[in-house]
Amino acid sequence: MSAAKVAIVGAAETTELGRIPQTSQIQLHADAALNALADAGLTIKDIDGVATAGESPTAVAHYLGIAPNWVDGTAVGGCSFMLHVRHAVAAIESGLCKCVLITHGESGRSNVGRAGWASAPGSLAGQFESPFGGMGPTTMFTLPVLRFLKDTGTTLEQLASVAVMQRQWAALNPRATLKELTSVEAVLADRMIAYPFTKSQCCLVTDGGGALILVAAERAGDFPQAPVYILGSGESTETPMISQMQDLTRSRAFQMAGARAFETAGIQHSDVDHLMIYDAFAHLPLYGLEDLGFCGRGEAGAFIASGQTAPGGILPLNTNGGGLSYMHSGMYGMYALQESVRQVRGTAAAKVAGVEISVCHGVGGMFGASGTVVMSASKAR
Amino acid sequence: MKIDFEQVTVPVPTPETEHFWSGCVAGELRLQQCDDCSDVYFPPRPFCPACGHRAVSIIRGSGKARLLSYVINHRPHPAFDSPYAIAVVELEEGVTMMANILNVSQTPEALILDMPLKVAFRSIRRGIVLPYFEPVGAGS
Ligand SMILES: [Zn+2]
Repeated sequence: MSAAKVAIVGAAETTELGRIPQTSQIQLHADAALNALADAGLTIKDIDGVATAGESPTAVAHYLGIAPNWVDGTAVGGCSFMLHVRHAVAAIESGLCKCVLITHGESGRSNVGRAGWASAPGSLAGQFESPFGGMGPTTMFTLPVLRFLKDTGTTLEQLASVAVMQRQWAALNPRATLKELTSVEAVLADRMIAYPFTKSQCCLVTDGGGALILVAAERAGDFPQAPVYILGSGESTETPMISQMQDLTRSRAFQMAGARAFETAGIQHSDVDHLMIYDAFAHLPLYGLEDLGFCGRGEAGAFIASGQTAPGGILPLNTNGGGLSYMHSGMYGMYALQESVRQVRGTAAAKVAGVEISVCHGVGGMFGASGTVVMSASKAR
Repeated sequence: MKIDFEQVTVPVPTPETEHFWSGCVAGELRLQQCDDCSDVYFPPRPFCPACGHRAVSIIRGSGKARLLSYVINHRPHPAFDSPYAIAVVELEEGVTMMANILNVSQTPEALILDMPLKVAFRSIRRGIVLPYFEPVGAGS
């Protein structure tokens, strides 16, 4: 039995998603923050803790006019916000602060007020990976997959089915970028980006943001929205270089973050009603399902291809359409968290009936880091 | 595969990695081994990542490897004629490194996982040599 000490009482995305050239990146943070405050019935004066990535917490707090007692600038890529949730739980529980605002904003498509990123030529990645022609995530994050397919007996068709099944969810979501149903044949025939990944198997590039507000569980009932309790969480890192993964077919960070999240939440896989697995590329749900223990070795491809994660399946996965179909600004983790909150609240566009427990699993960098958050509609179980 | 070496990103050695790059100039693939636990590791650092011991030795790798995984990039790159493969190889000594695979078609039909490879050094600028790999039996 585990009892949550902290809950999410405010959650919102930016007013618009997609292409937002009229808004700078810092303003995307603020827009999402103001929407989350409205959702919680709070004002900026109620916030005494700030966590963010992509911008510094100093910049976000200053821009919003917050004088925080606690900040967290953990920046390990797209799953940073999962780690912020975990750190906020510890901070609130230990009394470092009372009300934490976590923000994300990213002008990923329009590049308004966004700093670039590249490996320094003297870094290990700069010396031992950059000379060989990698062009960012499409060629680096994807590099392990042929080894995964061979070692697990997973097929190219099963890999393509990830995009097909997620599009079925996106078709139910008016805010999704891509809503047209697709097929394995169409996914495989799409423009080749980095073999074996076609465009349909690579994430979108959009603008947007999101924010969360967390308080102690004991006061979580005093807000307009149904509380979403944080039942457990986990985090880990592995390597900043894709060529240095311990095993190209498994993510050590996924395994460690996931195992710790299940353990601290006191749940079994059979307790999970809804699952989000950060999908920058189509192979990530396969790794996630296996590394988190939902599927045995080599079983994830068939599990997805047979519709088990699609609408009507036994394990609804990436129900907003995911990074492949919903949106992806660069650091997608915040949108996965928002969809978990919506499903637990019962307010998601593609609503899954009776979600008591949602697991939200993120990746940072390219298998570099990971964070897993277990959300619950009930304070204890 | 065709590479315009003038356009290849130049690695900038640090004090901890200088032995690796001077090894490439000398035609040696230099790895490191822990004097205590015997772990062979890469990329370079002046301590053993398996046990933390600071006493480590530079060893000469055999240059033999196998093709562990790859992607074939179809987007344009200033240094490479697309499509071209970016690979991870596993050396006989157990460590992995990123590389391009020379002297073989850059196609899924020609690039077979686990195919045996050997190191092939190429000078990309004056004094800077990169370790590439090629199929065993391919002319270097
Ligand atoms: Zn050692």
